Amino acid sequence: MTEPIVNDLTIQAATVNGSGSQTANLVLTRAIFHMGIPVAPKNVFPSNIEGLPTWYQLRITTEGHMARSDKVDILVAFNSATWREDLKSVNPGGVVIHEEAFSTADARTDVIYYPVPFNKLAKSKIQNDTLRKQLANMIYVGVVGGLLGIPWEALEHGVKRQFLAKPKAVQVNLDAIKIGHDYWQDNFSKQDPFRLEPMTGAVDGKVLVEGNQAAAIGALMGGASVVAWYPITPSSSLCEYLIAYADRFRVDPATGEKRISVVQAEDELAAVGMAIGAGWAGARAMTSTSGPGISLMAEFSGLAYYAEIPVVIFDVQRIGPSTGLPTRTSQADIGFVYTLSHGDTKHLVLLPGSVEECYEFGRDAFDFADRFQTPVFVLSDLDLGMNLWMTPEFKYPEKPFDRGKVLTREDLEKLAGDWGRYRDVDHDGVTYRTLPGTDHPAAGFFTRGSGHDEQARYTENADAYARNMDRLSRKLETARHTLPAPVVEEDGKAIGLIAFGSTHAAVVEARERLAAGGKPVDYLRVRALPLADEVVAFVSRHQHVYVVEQNRDGQLYDMVRLAVPPELVERVRSIRHYNGQPIPAAAIVEPLLKLEAVPA
Amino acid sequence: MSTTLNRAGLSRDAYKGAATTLCAGCGHNSITNHMIKALYELGVEPHRLAKMSGIGCSSKTPAYFVETAHGFNGVHGRMPALTTGAHLANRQLMMLGVSGDGDTASIGLGQFMHLIRRNVDCTYIIEDNGTYGLTKGQFSATADLGSVQKKGAVNTFQPIDPCAVALALGASFVARSFSGDGKQVVPLIKAALAHRGTAILDIISPCVTFNDHDGSTKSYSWVKDHEESIADVSFIPFFEEVQVDYEPGTIRDVQLHDGSHILLKKLGEDHDPSDRRAALRVIEEGRAAGHLVTGLLYLDTQMQDFASTEHIPDTPLKDLGEKELRMSREDFGKLMSEFA
Repeated sequence: MTEPIVNDLTIQAATVNGSGSQTANLVLTRAIFHMGIPVAPKNVFPSNIEGLPTWYQLRITTEGHMARSDKVDILVAFNSATWREDLKSVNPGGVVIHEEAFSTADARTDVIYYPVPFNKLAKSKIQNDTLRKQLANMIYVGVVGGLLGIPWEALEHGVKRQFLAKPKAVQVNLDAIKIGHDYWQDNFSKQDPFRLEPMTGAVDGKVLVEGNQAAAIGALMGGASVVAWYPITPSSSLCEYLIAYADRFRVDPATGEKRISVVQAEDELAAVGMAIGAGWAGARAMTSTSGPGISLMAEFSGLAYYAEIPVVIFDVQRIGPSTGLPTRTSQADIGFVYTLSHGDTKHLVLLPGSVEECYEFGRDAFDFADRFQTPVFVLSDLDLGMNLWMTPEFKYPEKPFDRGKVLTREDLEKLAGDWGRYRDVDHDGVTYRTLPGTDHPAAGFFTRGSGHDEQARYTENADAYARNMDRLSRKLETARHTLPAPVVEEDGKAIGLIAFGSTHAAVVEARERLAAGGKPVDYLRVRALPLADEVVAFVSRHQHVYVVEQNRDGQLYDMVRLAVPPELVERVRSIRHYNGQPIPAAAIVEPLLKLEAVPA
Repeated sequence: MSTTLNRAGLSRDAYKGAATTLCAGCGHNSITNHMIKALYELGVEPHRLAKMSGIGCSSKTPAYFVETAHGFNGVHGRMPALTTGAHLANRQLMMLGVSGDGDTASIGLGQFMHLIRRNVDCTYIIEDNGTYGLTKGQFSATADLGSVQKKGAVNTFQPIDPCAVALALGASFVARSFSGDGKQVVPLIKAALAHRGTAILDIISPCVTFNDHDGSTKSYSWVKDHEESIADVSFIPFFEEVQVDYEPGTIRDVQLHDGSHILLKKLGEDHDPSDRRAALRVIEEGRAAGHLVTGLLYLDTQMQDFASTEHIPDTPLKDLGEKELRMSREDFGKLMSEFA
C-alpha cells in the first residue's frame, strides 16, 4: 500500500435531488470541520425539486483551499442514472463507494471499489417507513466515516449541529449513520491511502457560513428596515435568512411589533420599486435578486440613479443569458449591472470576494447608498451565496450609521429655507435632501425621473440638463475614492493577476501553485466599481496582467483595458471560465502558463 | 381667493401648486382644483402629504397642487410600488397617488391589483379619459367597446373597468365620479383620504384634445348626459359635528376609521355600500343600460390595512437608529457561535 494521504482529499457524493442527500452531506461536512480540518463544500444542484442528479463536493486540504477541486479522490456513487459518468471523474488510485447493485464487471480497474448494499440495508435496518429514503443517505455518511477514520464523537457533533432546531431527529439519524459505520467495519479492510486526522490551529476562530446568510446578517446590521423581494434562485435564501433573523432580532417582545418590513412583491419591478419608495422616504431599503430579476429592475434603477435615491440591490449572479442555468454560478452580470438602465447611467457596485465581505459589504452598502444617494449593487454569485465557506467570525460594527446629507427642520430654519435639492454646495457632486414628513415649509420638493434643475423643478433646458449630468459624474468620482479599495498583494513580480468576487479562492490557490512552479505572480483584487486608480497603477507596474473572471466575454478585462492608457492596453490579458462550475485553480494556472510560453 | 384659514392655519392658496401645463379645459385640471379644495377643507398639513404618481398627463398633476408637499413622479405604471415602499418607511405620511387609465389599466395593471390585494393605506385616483394624451390619442384599456377615436378608428376591445377590477379583488374602498361633478368628487376625495386602506377613486376626466368628440364615451357631453349618481355624498370630517336633518331611512351614515362620517342620501334605488355584490351589479346594470354609474360603490371600514397586518409600528421605520436596528453585541456573538 502507498503512503497514507492525510487531510488532503476531495469527496464527491453523487446523489438524487430531493432525496435528503444534502442533509447527509452537511452532517459529513460539519463532522470533519469539528475535527479541526479545513473544509470547502460545493453543492452542484439541478433546477429541479426532485429526481434529477445532484453532486456535492467536499474538499479537504490542510492549507484551507476554498476553490473547487477538479479532481475527485473519493466518489460516493448513489445515483444509478449518473454513476457510469461519475466514475470517470475519479483520480486513478481513488476510491469508489457505490451501491452494490451497480455492476463493476467492465468498469475501470484503476480505482478501489467498496460496494455497499445501501438499498438492502435501508430496507432491512431502517424501521421508519416515512423517513427511510432520507435516512438512507445517512448510511453513506457512516461508511465514509469508517473509511476515513472520522471519530464517532465528530459524527455525533455533525448530526447535532445539523439538527440544531430539530433535536428529536438526532437519534434516528445517528442510528442510520451507525448502520453504515458498522457495515464498513464488518465487511471491509482498508485498501486505500486516504485518512482524516484531527488538526489543531487550522480552523481556530473560524465558522461555516453561506454568503447569502452573511449578506442577510450584514443587511440587518446595516439597518435595513424595508426589504422587498421576489423569489429567485440563487438569491432567495438571502431574504429567507433575513426573515428568519428578523423574526429573532427585530421583533419588539413587548408589543410584537416589527422593526422591519419584509414584503414578498408580485415581481422584481415592484420589489425594487418598493425599496426605492422606502429609500426616498428615508428608510434603509433593499431588494435581492439574480439575473432575470436584475433585467427587470433596469428601469427603476435608472430612476433611482437620476432622481438620486438610496437603495441597496443584491445580485446573486447565476448563469445567463435569459433563464440560463438557474442553479449554476457566474460572474457575467458585472458589465450589465454597472450601467443598468438606459441613458448615461452608472452605478456603484460592491464586489465581495468572501463571505466575510458579503457581511461587511452587505452592511456598509447602506452607508454608501445614503452617503451618495444612489443605488448600490452588491454583486455576489451562486458559489459564494449558496455554498458554505469557512470564514473568520464576523466583527461587530463599531461605527454608527452614515445617513448622508439629510437636512432636518432645524437645518432648514438655519438656512432660512434657502436650499435646493440638487445644488452642489459642497462641490463633491453630492447634494442635500430632505425627507417627506419634514415639518418646514421649504422642505418639500418634487422628485422626478424627468429633467430637473437644481431646485428639482422640471426643465428641458439644455444647460441645466448637462450641468446635472456633469454633477452626477462628479458624484461618482467622489464615490470612487470612498468605496472599498482594491486589495493588492505585490512583491515586484513581472506578472500580475486581477480578479474579483468568488474567483478569489481559485486565485489564492493558483498563486501558490505558480510560485511552487517557479512562476510567482502578484495579485490585485477589485472590490468595487467604478475602478480605483490603483488598478491602472498595478497594470503599469507589471509586464503582463491577467484578468481572471467567470464570464465568456471578459467583462472586467474590457473595463481594465478601457481604464488604462493606450500604451498599457497590450499588457492586459484575459483568462475566462464560464461553464457554470465554480472556477478551479487549474483553470487559471494552465492558461496562464500557456500564454506565458508564447513569445511576445 | 379666500383668505379664510383652515384648521392647519393655512389659506386655500397654500394648497396650490405650479401652473398647469395641461390643455385648457382638461378634466385633470378640474380634478386638481377639487383636490386643492378637499385638502384645504380637511386642513391637511402639507408636510404630512406625499403626492405620488406614474407617467402620463394625469401623473404630471401632483406638481399642480400643494407645492410645499413632497411629491414623487416615478416611472410608468409603477406608482403603487413606490407608494407601498414610502408608506412602509413612514406610516405617518398621507399617501395620495394620482394615476391615469394607461398608467393603471395597461402598463400598471399588475401593480394596481397587488396594491389593492395588500390594502396599502393610500388614496389612488385614476384620472380616466380612455386615451393616451401625451402620445397623441391612442386608445387606452378603459375605452369602451365601439368607442370612436378622433380620427375615426373604432375600439374593438372590451374595456377594463378599474372599479370592477378593484371590487373583484376585494378592495376596501371603491368609488367613481366625473371631473365635472365637483359636488361629488370633493367629498369622495375627502372620504378616500380619511379611509384607512387602499381607496380607489376612478374619475372620468375628458381629454379635450383627443377624446371629446361624438362617438366617445369619455367626452364631456356623453358623461353629462349619461351620469347616474347612486347617492348624494357628503363628508363630515372628524373635527366637525354631524348636524344634518333628514327623514329616517333616507340617509346612510358610515363612520370611518378616523371618526369622520360619510353621509349617503338615497337617489332612486337604495344602494348598500357594504354590499360588494350589489356594487358589481350596479356597475353591470349601468353599463347594460348605457349609463355611467357614479358615487361611492363600496366601502369596508373594518378591513385591516397592510401595515397593520404586517405589525409595523406607528413610529416611522425611517426614524429607527442603530439601537433599534442592530442586534446587540450579545445576540451577535450568540449568532456567530451557532456557525461554529
